[in-house]
Amino acid sequence: MSDVDKAPPGKGWFTRAWRFALELWDVLIRPSSVFGLGVLVLAGFVAGVIFWGGFNTALELTNTEKFCTGCHEMRDNVFAELKSTIHFTNRSGVRATCPDCHVPHNWTDKIARKMQASKEVWGHIFGSIDTRDKFIDNRLELALHEWARFKANDSLECRNCHSAQSMDITKQSPRASVAHQRFLFTGEKTCIDCHKGIAHHLPDMRGVPGWQ
Amino acid sequence: MIGKSAIVVLAIALIAASSSLLAQGVKSSLRGPAPLNEEGPAPPMTPMRNTAEREIRNYPEQPPVIPHSIDGYQVDMNGNKCLSCHARARTGESQAPMVSITHFMDRDGQFLASVSPRRYFCTECHVPQNVTTPPVTNDFVDIDSILNRAAPGGHR
Ligand code: HEC
Ligand code: HEC
Ligand code: HEC
Ligand code: HEC
Ligand code: HEC
Ligand code: HEC
Repeated sequence: MSDVDKAPPGKGWFTRAWRFALELWDVLIRPSSVFGLGVLVLAGFVAGVIFWGGFNTALELTNTEKFCTGCHEMRDNVFAELKSTIHFTNRSGVRATCPDCHVPHNWTDKIARKMQASKEVWGHIFGSIDTRDKFIDNRLELALHEWARFKANDSLECRNCHSAQSMDITKQSPRASVAHQRFLFTGEKTCIDCHKGIAHHLPDMRGVPGWQ
Repeated sequence: MIGKSAIVVLAIALIAASSSLLAQGVKSSLRGPAPLNEEGPAPPMTPMRNTAEREIRNYPEQPPVIPHSIDGYQVDMNGNKCLSCHARARTGESQAPMVSITHFMDRDGQFLASVSPRRYFCTECHVPQNVTTPPVTNDFVDIDSILNRAAPGGHR
């Protein structure tokens, strides 16, 4: 170790830091004599764009199936189950990924969802759901949250891909066209009321309305 | 002498029978033209019949076939998708026929309050149908045809 490293970080270090902060503040509030106001405004604008874009990119990065399935809770349970459903492979080759159904495409909703997701990171780190059994024990609660969310936003995510207006009931199966005409087009029910468990296995359904 | 010619006749009959069997085995085989020791190409999957129109039962005790697709319908310990339409309380909304009263009976003929455990796994008895031509024709004749065949006044 050199002598320089051994310099005691006591009072001297603190006063130096404080003085530096004061000087910095002075510089910051002093009107610029070097750059014109226009240049400064422009620089601020560009920096703003970069920060906003960076934030957006960070959100986009976490908004991928790769990110979601990075956690074994998601990969070994819900993702494994999704693979056998029509939303993973179908004749048209259009796929629905986790964020298509679970993170709203709307900006403010998006941030609200991310804040809620912090709780999941907590659950991951502290291993509240680290085995399949524990996941199944918790499944009803998680599913209830999702159903409540779909119910509250009138199945917004489903409708991002499936629009009731674009449904050609003459092309649908008889049961589908009857049910959609009676309850969907009249606004009496929303997709999630009738289409539970289309993407993952169901939790214990006793007590869920319409099931026994 | 008789014994010898009998053996010859028997041998010829055997050869004829087995070769005709062999020829038949190749021609009318359900496996198609693929040789026995090879696996032929899988036939294309046929679509499920999905008209939701009831099909005639072949005899009164027959579990009716399912006239609609059941892809992805979960029936296990956690839930029964079939009963979300066919249960008594659900038929108003789904307009599906209710599971009949026999489905509430236990093995002693006692009626239970809800669907009996032995009738819970519906596809044990009810199966969906595919739109396809069966490789083997069926010459089943239902009881009404047999009853009608009987001459009037004849024995029934
Ligand atoms: C850090 C690991 C991790 C990642 C990454 C992750 N999850 Fe989760 N997720 C969990 C855990 C753990 C739970 C259970 C949390 C709890 O107890 O509330 C959970 C619960 C959920 C739930 C149920 C929520 C509820 O309201 O109860 C949904 C839906 C979900 N995750 C979707 C996603 C999606 C979509 C992504 C990708 C954008 C994702 N998860 C990424 C670990 C993760
Ligand atoms: C087609 C839409 C759709 C897709 C795609 C989808 N989910 Fe779901 N997810 C749902 C619905 C609907 C529920 C509510 C429970 C139910 O009905 O099964 C749900 C429930 C969940 C739950 C709560 C636990 C449960 O099983 O009920 C988690 C966790 C979850 N999803 C994570 C994911 C992850 C991770 C992916 C991507 C691998 C994903 N989902 C893809 C629609 C979808
Ligand atoms: C990313 C777009 C997307 C989203 C989001 C989405 N779906 Fe789908 N859905 C599809 C596609 C693509 C198909 C398959 C179409 C085909 O090839 O027949 C499909 C098929 C279906 C089917 C038909 C199943 C069958 O057996 O024919 C149902 C029911 C369905 N979706 C319901 C939902 C519900 C409910 C939600 C919301 C929880 C949802 N979808 C969200 C794209 C999506
Ligand atoms: C009243 C209950 C009900 C509501 C609400 C409902 N569906 Fe359906 N849907 C059905 C039934 C019943 C079927 C046919 C049986 C099946 O697929 O399990 C069906 C079938 C479908 C199919 C497959 C079409 C076909 O020809 O079989 C799609 C896709 C679908 N629904 C999407 C949606 C979407 C998206 C919403 C919300 C905008 C929605 N449904 C709302 C009851 C409903
Ligand atoms: C979305 C609601 C719905 C679901 C889910 C459903 N069915 Fe059906 N089912 C119907 C309707 C509607 C009919 C047609 C009734 C008619 O046309 O009279 C029907 C007809 C039938 C019939 C024929 C009855 C008869 O008398 O010929 C059988 C058997 C049947 N369903 C069994 C099942 C089984 C088994 C399942 C689960 C694997 C199932 N259904 C799931 C709605 C449903
Ligand atoms: C042990 C075999 C068996 C099982 C398991 C079974 N059924 Fe049946 N089902 C029958 C037979 C046999 C009939 C016709 C005679 C009768 O009504 O009892 C029938 C009749 C029906 C009918 C027509 C009733 C009517 O009045 O037209 C429906 C609908 C039906 N079953 C639905 C279901 C559903 C849904 C399940 C699963 C919860 C189920 N069945 C389980 C044997 C079975």
